[in-house]
Amino acid sequence: MTKMTGVQILFQALQEEGVTTIFGYPGGAVLDIYNELPKTDIKHILVRHEQGAVHAADAYARASGGVGVCLVTSGPGATNTVTGIASAYMDSVPVVVLTGQVPRHLIGNDAFQEVDIVGITRPCTKHNYLVTDIKDIARIIKEAFHIARSGRPGPVLIDLPKDLMTMTAEYKPLKAVSLRSYRPTYNPNLKQLDKVIKLIKSARKPMILAGGGVLLSKGSDALTAFAKKTNMPVAATLMGLGVFPTKSRLWLGMIGMHGTYRANMSSGECDLLIAIGVRFDDRVTGKIDVFAKKATIVHVDIDPTSIQKNVPVAIPVVGDCRITLELLNELLDKEDPATIHRQRRAWLDQIEEWKNTKPLAYEQKDEIKPQYVIEKLYELTKGDAIITTEVGQNQMWTAQYYNFDRPNCFITSGGLGVMGFGLPAAIGAQLARPDKLVVDIAGDGSIQMNIQEMATAVQYGLPIKVAILNNQYLGMVRQWQEMFYDKRYSHTDMQFAPDFVKLAEAYGAVGLRAVKPEEVEPVLKEGLFNKKTVIMDFQVEREEKVYPMVPAGAPITDMLLV
Amino acid sequence: MNSDKVEKHILSLMVENQPGVLARIAGLFSGRGFNIESLCVAETIDPDVSRITLVTVGDLAVTEQIKKQLNKLVNVIKVFDFTDTPHVHREMALLKIHARPETRAEILRMVDIFRSRVVDVGADYYTVEVTGDEDKITAFLNLLKPMGIKEIARTGAIALAREKTKGGQNGKN
Ligand SMILES: Cc1ncc(C[n+]2csc(CCOP(=O)(O)OP(=O)(O)O)c2C)c(N)n1
Ligand SMILES: [Mg+2]
Repeated sequence: MTKMTGVQILFQALQEEGVTTIFGYPGGAVLDIYNELPKTDIKHILVRHEQGAVHAADAYARASGGVGVCLVTSGPGATNTVTGIASAYMDSVPVVVLTGQVPRHLIGNDAFQEVDIVGITRPCTKHNYLVTDIKDIARIIKEAFHIARSGRPGPVLIDLPKDLMTMTAEYKPLKAVSLRSYRPTYNPNLKQLDKVIKLIKSARKPMILAGGGVLLSKGSDALTAFAKKTNMPVAATLMGLGVFPTKSRLWLGMIGMHGTYRANMSSGECDLLIAIGVRFDDRVTGKIDVFAKKATIVHVDIDPTSIQKNVPVAIPVVGDCRITLELLNELLDKEDPATIHRQRRAWLDQIEEWKNTKPLAYEQKDEIKPQYVIEKLYELTKGDAIITTEVGQNQMWTAQYYNFDRPNCFITSGGLGVMGFGLPAAIGAQLARPDKLVVDIAGDGSIQMNIQEMATAVQYGLPIKVAILNNQYLGMVRQWQEMFYDKRYSHTDMQFAPDFVKLAEAYGAVGLRAVKPEEVEPVLKEGLFNKKTVIMDFQVEREEKVYPMVPAGAPITDMLLV
Repeated sequence: MNSDKVEKHILSLMVENQPGVLARIAGLFSGRGFNIESLCVAETIDPDVSRITLVTVGDLAVTEQIKKQLNKLVNVIKVFDFTDTPHVHREMALLKIHARPETRAEILRMVDIFRSRVVDVGADYYTVEVTGDEDKITAFLNLLKPMGIKEIARTGAIALAREKTKGGQNGKN
């Protein structure tokens, strides 16, 4: 066996995991790694801020179905990744973060650019490692990828002391990971599934609530089949959008604080709630003790800690969402469809009525409505684009008005709600899917949080599109101030902002602007079909609000509609 | 979920004997607002595995969540809850007691009754070692308090399940 350096072992192990793209930023502690990088086949994307690297890796993972990888230096490079890691953790995205660390003999000495990143990220990673022996590098890389992508996926961080990189050792490729203390449960308990079938047969007002777990398990086809077989309506959480065809009459829309009237009302009225791959976030449930009060709740999730955490569940099912749905579908095939579809007419009629009397609505008058921009974007792309978002009103309008009808096309920071996510995420998604049109629907506030990544997009010739819904406000915060804080717009006015068209041009991108409603479509057409990186600045009505809305802490059936 | 009764639980965790494992567990408790009443850690006969005995309090929902969260940690191999299973548990305390000529005999009598031992003697103190369950140690402490306790060091509980073999169930606690 030949001896290899730590860096060579690192790259060998990464390539064995199928890594082709790394998002990173160099520095002292990773100089040896960067020195080796050009000798490998791995494509490195030089971001402009380490937070951008993690968001890009996050979106890369979501758009490709694989694991996203980033590489940063010790100290400030490592601390800059924390927001991205926390976001990936809350959204269960498989990301591996490689951080440089000071040489082992300096650890603990407050050395230059030393930070205990393993300690800092312990509560926001699925697992993390400080490598202390060159012999462990290959094993830890293998374990990290396994942990990141299996079970409930999540970010894993590996801290690499600099001195290990230039040492040499023999490299033994590892075939399989063996972790006696980590064995996720994929196959559900069949007895529980029999109970679920019984409940479905006796339910009169059942509904399905699907979350990000269904997408992560690649279970949307199984979910669609399940809904059709049982004739059950389907709502999705923000993270679950795209799991179900939106044209179906069984589609209820998004649930929660800015959910559709029919989705929220259904949750209040249903007698059986089958929740799959969700974690009952407070933005989904509203006032928790009255959530789905009339329902027997079935909860399917691969993470046992999600079950019985926020909502009492009658039938817990620990397992992979797709596998569970496929097994349920098999069981359903043995049943007489008539007994399963029994007495759904009245329930589905009620839902239809909710839909018709209280649909999502806005009125396009003299000024551009942000919802109109998104509807036009949907029309022009026919739904065939990867949409990333920033956070705030822009994110909620996107969720409401871009009809996500296929999986893995909507990439948003759901659990943590990170402003500045959308632009680096668009970069990651575009690299994963060069064939796709990728659009970041942004707010004027959020876009300024990681605007430096425009340089990355232009440098690598990524034709991503940024559509700024420019209300010159931190709009979502302003909406709360208007509704609940006597219109005291404390520090939410963003009129002092750069000229986004000129800014685009300064970065070597294309900048376009729409001020009047009739300019929306031409600008979108020009922007979307341009082969370059584009910023489109839509000057929208400043004080438009996101409706429906459930005030924080209220039952989600108490909706403010206009 | 159906029971709000707050109960004490003795959890026994088998964990990988690696640096940082204890920090993960402590961080989980502090980050999620769970309680730790006591905690003992030591290697098992397998040097790669440590046993952590941890006493926590909470209602059923909280303690169930604690166990699931502990199980989810990658370095935790197994979690046992001894609350409803037959088990033996012990704590130990070391007490440094003022020993004046007029109290010496009384102290030694208590030591005898509680099957404890004097492990160090000074001109004006005894250091006594006592083991037992929490109640026994508390009772012992209360009796000795009037004599004047200079210092005390107390371990948390350690526990092992009883085997389901014949006779095992009958063993004295
Ligand atoms: C990093 C970060 N800081 C603060 C917030 C709180 N916050 C949520 S929405 C929002 C306003 C976003 O403004 P903008 O990007 O213009 O979007 P709009 O709501 O106007 O569409 C703020 C400040 C956040 N989510 N993330
Ligand atoms: Mg704004």
